[in-house]
Amino acid sequence: MAGLVTAFGSGAMTNSIQEIDNTACFFNIGTNTTHAHPIIGHRIRRAVNNGAKLIVANPKEIELARHADLFIQHQPGSDVVLMMGMARVILEEGLHDEAFIAERTENFAAFKESLAEFTPEYVTELTGVPWAQIQAAARMYATNTPSAIYYAMGITQHTHGTDNVMATANLALLTGNVGRASAGVNPLRGQNNVQGACDLGGLPNVYPGYQKVADPNMQKKFEEAWDVKLSPENGLTHVEIFNAMYEGDIKAMYLVGENPLLTEANANHVQEALERVEFLVVQDLFMSETAAYAHVILPAASFAEKDGTFTNTERRAQRVRQAIPPRGNSRPDWWITAQIGQRMSDHGFDFNAPQEIMAEVNQVTPIYGGITYERLEDVNGLQWPCPTTDHPGTQFLHQGKFARGKGHFSPLHYKPPFEQTDDDYPLLLTTDRSLFHWHSGSMTHRVAGLDVLNSEELLLIHPQDAAAQGIADGEMVAVASRRGALSVRAKVTDVCLPGVVSMTFHFPEAPTNVLTSSALDPVAKIPETKVAAVRIEKLAELV
Amino acid sequence: MEKIKLTIDGLEIEAEAGTSVLDAALANDIYIPHLCHHPDLKPVGACRLCGVDVNGRMEMSCLLPVREGLDVKTNSPEVGATRQVAIELLLADHPQGCLSCGASLQCELLHIADHIGVDGERIERLRRPSEPLPIDNSNPFFSFDPNKCVLCGICVRTCEDIVGLGVLDFVNRGSRTVIGTFGNEPFIDSICESCGECVVRCPVGSLAPKRWQRPSHEVQSTCVYCGVGCGIYLGVKGDQVVSVRADRERPSNQGSLCVKGRYGYNFINHKDRLTTPLIKKEGQFVEATWDEALDLVAEKFADYKGSEFAALASAKCTNEDNYLIQKFTRAVMQTNTVDHCARL
Ligand code: SF4
Ligand code: SF4
Repeated sequence: MAGLVTAFGSGAMTNSIQEIDNTACFFNIGTNTTHAHPIIGHRIRRAVNNGAKLIVANPKEIELARHADLFIQHQPGSDVVLMMGMARVILEEGLHDEAFIAERTENFAAFKESLAEFTPEYVTELTGVPWAQIQAAARMYATNTPSAIYYAMGITQHTHGTDNVMATANLALLTGNVGRASAGVNPLRGQNNVQGACDLGGLPNVYPGYQKVADPNMQKKFEEAWDVKLSPENGLTHVEIFNAMYEGDIKAMYLVGENPLLTEANANHVQEALERVEFLVVQDLFMSETAAYAHVILPAASFAEKDGTFTNTERRAQRVRQAIPPRGNSRPDWWITAQIGQRMSDHGFDFNAPQEIMAEVNQVTPIYGGITYERLEDVNGLQWPCPTTDHPGTQFLHQGKFARGKGHFSPLHYKPPFEQTDDDYPLLLTTDRSLFHWHSGSMTHRVAGLDVLNSEELLLIHPQDAAAQGIADGEMVAVASRRGALSVRAKVTDVCLPGVVSMTFHFPEAPTNVLTSSALDPVAKIPETKVAAVRIEKLAELV
Repeated sequence: MEKIKLTIDGLEIEAEAGTSVLDAALANDIYIPHLCHHPDLKPVGACRLCGVDVNGRMEMSCLLPVREGLDVKTNSPEVGATRQVAIELLLADHPQGCLSCGASLQCELLHIADHIGVDGERIERLRRPSEPLPIDNSNPFFSFDPNKCVLCGICVRTCEDIVGLGVLDFVNRGSRTVIGTFGNEPFIDSICESCGECVVRCPVGSLAPKRWQRPSHEVQSTCVYCGVGCGIYLGVKGDQVVSVRADRERPSNQGSLCVKGRYGYNFINHKDRLTTPLIKKEGQFVEATWDEALDLVAEKFADYKGSEFAALASAKCTNEDNYLIQKFTRAVMQTNTVDHCARL
């Protein structure tokens, strides 16, 4: 999210789902929308059926590509080049919004200068996309307003994910497609409450509401609110945490509702880190690969067994309500944490219900100031920023003024992915999501029908690459990267480019993340799970 | 909105400009039989059941916009007769066996038959002998019985206009017309995404969920899977969640759900759920009471305050859960090392 904070001053989806109906052009890059965010996917398809334009840019021919006016299948890791190429066309052809650039943005000159290196030859070579297609995309995006950009993990999970995000923001600034309805730059949040987990301070560098840990005023504010002394230093990010555990610097961990052994990049490293930790507490619904390493397991209640709120990708806080009693002796997560807190501190954890917690959130989190349980009873959620109880919430951001003042253009250069192919690892693996499963599958593998619809992991491989190795459709193959190996069934298909293979990461039997890299984007600290160099062999040869 | 006055069966009613006579009637508790009409879809006037009499002319009320002073009769002898024939033919083509049908009390056909009153013997005389068509059971969540299909086309239009996919269409012609996927393949082999949008809109039991229990009550909540955050109603029977229904009022999804949100709730009651705290003793997990487990956690964590401690919050948990985890990490454990796994 760091990229959007730099450009606009806020990292969240700028616009709202309901605005999709009036968007004139969609530019979907690095999002398999109809699989990962199905109802947004439905709505985009519907808008396209009603005449909106759709540009899909993805290394893989995803479902949405079938509905696109223009499908760009660029090389993995070449997103910045593609978008800078588009920006160049927009400027050269005078399709930019001069008034918007003059009034509402800064750093345009430096950005314009950085476009010089993105010549048609350079862009075509790095992206593998004909220049005419890039011109067509640029024209389509710039001349059909309002135009909206949608992206997801395909953009952020790279060592240069922050650059990718800034490239999307540049395009929106260049064409005045931000701060207005049905336009914007829209990162689609993966899990149901990633947005809320970030909003409420589940991040090492910010308190709830993105108030900076490094800002002494914020430290003071929270010290007063909580009546404690607080550390002025930013904490470690999740990949850094596992590195520190591996090094022995972090010795105890409280792990809530996650299965990093399956979902984190470079899983073998995560496993060794977990083996070394002195005291691990796992709080979850199910026993998991990760929980096996715990010293204490605390059984959590499911969403149907507790009250609370989730905040969706469009910043809308919505109620979750208890429908049934907790299974067995499980308890809501907030209750468990409050109980531990009460045992270790004489104040600050005396909560009897989630709305008491929300009341404290209202006090210390300006963007959630007016999001109360009382109001959530009779409206269909509230979109932050919602500072006061008489504020209606905010449908789209940056109207009239950016959260940071002026919109900031970022000069960008091509940086090769951390992970490069070579003779030993000649193919690029990219990861994707299935419509029928969810993350580690701890929930969806326990729904029999979903396993019927998608019963096993498949490695998608182009016929050319398959032929080179003598691999037949449906055959079991070995996949090895510099970090690990696994076996999986191959599906020979031309949805991938030659040289590129694709897997999801929903199946414990084929834990894709043993292959992926935990090289980090230097700013956002998101690991590069989107590309890994791999070698594929017939299984018989390897064993 | 401009209000328009019109008369239906001698009763003066008000309606918003732009609505159809059928919608205006239904909004005023005046029932006009209809099968192919659905509030989410554009009207097509295909089933010919909603005919009404306007100055001696028969008009399909779903296609007729309200007008000031319009005088509508829903039951003149002519429209009554036309409707009677249409419904009798439909019923004569429809299998019996309502008791074991998933639609049962929600069946629109049953509703209409009940409304206009039908003569059972006449229908049996109209019934033509025919070979039953095979049922498509290939999808794990729903089945399609073409024998019960009334060819209203709601599923076709739902998949095209709401889901934006267009899996279904009318195949064959005349009396052999059926609904089918492209190439009439089983659902499982088609491009169907199993969202069930067509299933919940089927007015009869032709497209029907395989497992269906009527909940005793419903609780408004939010889907637990992806960041779209669709509004749902969890259906409860006893202490189990037995159904999920889309919230039509919620701006995020306006009455739609995907396959995970609609059918993916069985994990809640799954036998694998952790139901008691566990403490590892000599390599084995041993059941513990909450007090034992919490006391141990608090005692141990006290040794690792500061930079030796890390917490991972969860993008699956609520805002309140996450707020407390970060507060605990910062205020009690004296470190800002709190993150969550998926940083997007
Ligand atoms: S289940 Fe969904 S995708 Fe499949 S045919 Fe019905 S509406 Fe279309
Ligand atoms: S129903 Fe589907 S699209 Fe909606 S929130 Fe759930 S998983 Fe996402």
